[in-house]
Amino acid sequence: MPQPDLTDHFTELIRRASTVLPSDVGAAIRAAADHEDEGSVARRVLLSLLENAAAAARESSPICQDTGTLTFHVTHDAGFSRAVLEDQIREAVAEATRRSFLRPNAVNALTGKNSGNNLGTGAPLVFFHDAFGRSEAADTQHSTLSATLLLKGGGSENVSIQYSLPDERLGAGRDYAGVRRCILDAVHRAQGYGCAPGTLGIGIGGDRMTSHMTAKEQLLRRLDDVNPDPDLAAHEKEAVEKLNTLGIGPMGFGGRTTVLGVKIGARHRVPASFFVSIAYMCWAFRRCTMTWKDGTASFES
Amino acid sequence: MKHISLPADESAIRGLTVGDQVLVSGVMVTARDAAHKYLVENDDPDAKKVLAGSMIYHCGPVVAREEGAYRFVSAGPTTSEREEPYEAAVIRRYGVRGIIGKGGMGARTLDALKTSGAAYLHAVGGLAVLLAKSVEKVEGVMKLEEFGVPEAMWIIRVRDFPAVVTMDSHGGNLHAEISRRSAERLHDLLAPSPGDTGV
Ligand code: SF4
Repeated sequence: MPQPDLTDHFTELIRRASTVLPSDVGAAIRAAADHEDEGSVARRVLLSLLENAAAAARESSPICQDTGTLTFHVTHDAGFSRAVLEDQIREAVAEATRRSFLRPNAVNALTGKNSGNNLGTGAPLVFFHDAFGRSEAADTQHSTLSATLLLKGGGSENVSIQYSLPDERLGAGRDYAGVRRCILDAVHRAQGYGCAPGTLGIGIGGDRMTSHMTAKEQLLRRLDDVNPDPDLAAHEKEAVEKLNTLGIGPMGFGGRTTVLGVKIGARHRVPASFFVSIAYMCWAFRRCTMTWKDGTASFES
Repeated sequence: MKHISLPADESAIRGLTVGDQVLVSGVMVTARDAAHKYLVENDDPDAKKVLAGSMIYHCGPVVAREEGAYRFVSAGPTTSEREEPYEAAVIRRYGVRGIIGKGGMGARTLDALKTSGAAYLHAVGGLAVLLAKSVEKVEGVMKLEEFGVPEAMWIIRVRDFPAVVTMDSHGGNLHAEISRRSAERLHDLLAPSPGDTGV
């Protein structure tokens, strides 16, 4: 059986990611609006974000003109060639750009020349994961695949940050109390840049690279999920409550909603290192998942 | 809700204070990095004609060309801070009455707003589809060839473009105020607590 051509499904995945606000993000913004004072600028701004998202979905127009960096996470059973999947994804990215679901956003790092179709070295970024156990690899063939796409704009990426503890400026030691200080500092520094209310993906531990990766992976989680690790779950809840007392508010206009969510992951580190990485996602938190099973594709955002 | 029509005279702008929600109508001009550099290094009489009494919008739009006419598709604000080195000079030289962007600007711009009678209006970042809808017509474009689509100076006619005054012509600055208050709160939150081992 030849490998199925999923190019059109990937194009649809991109269209949805760029133009449909995920349901959990929409619900969080609506709840936040209800929590702000009647007649306040904060409330008005939050409601306008929902109006914008509704118009974007209706017209298949990008929610924000900065359609950002594209990161795909593809999980598949045995039998799929990753090289072929990557070709299909690249073709879909170019097609989605032609159809204005994406702004041409890939520029040569040194010359600044825009490739015009979002393709380039390392663009888009595709991670592959196995969906089969060691023993069953041979039995499952081309039947299931899921692909999650995350779009992250430049304004939000620019305020993402990595701390190395101890940090004397913050008085942050090598424990969770220190991590807490980093989180508060990062959000305070992001004001006026990444469009608030944001969501934080946080990676504790690892090395410089894996710490950032852990932080970004947290952004694949739904806002309404609960961390399976009870300690991290408690830290997440506390962080949201504390951050929302900073008073920065939607767009930095002041208010009770500075963040929509905080998601924390941790990984083992070497004794000498203690990194805390914070991936800031703006309110235009764009992600979508495509599931392909027995010949049909379904989408969830 | 206040209505501002462009071109605006000084008294209309002096009447705005921080926190005012406004709807702007009339002709304004988009400009970002390349345009600001150009406006400071040159004294362009054509630009002066459209900018006098008008507003500058920090925006790199997605523009479609349909049947020979341009249409704004997606056009939210970009970060204003990057234009801080130029903005005060641009406001003074071209008689601009307002800057629209996101994130606020620095002390030099605030001073120019005060002395020239202009205001900084904050548009909602990421509100790209709705803001593009408030652009009724693209009246023209300057430096399209030279700067490319996102950086060109698009002369646009807007109707009821929504924004919030965050820096006014009396020295009021919402960003500085929120930043100061949140810094105080941050300071309280960072105060050592029991169980906090510090460094
Ligand atoms: S930070 Fe997000 S919402 Fe704001 S302009 Fe960038 S991509 Fe758009």
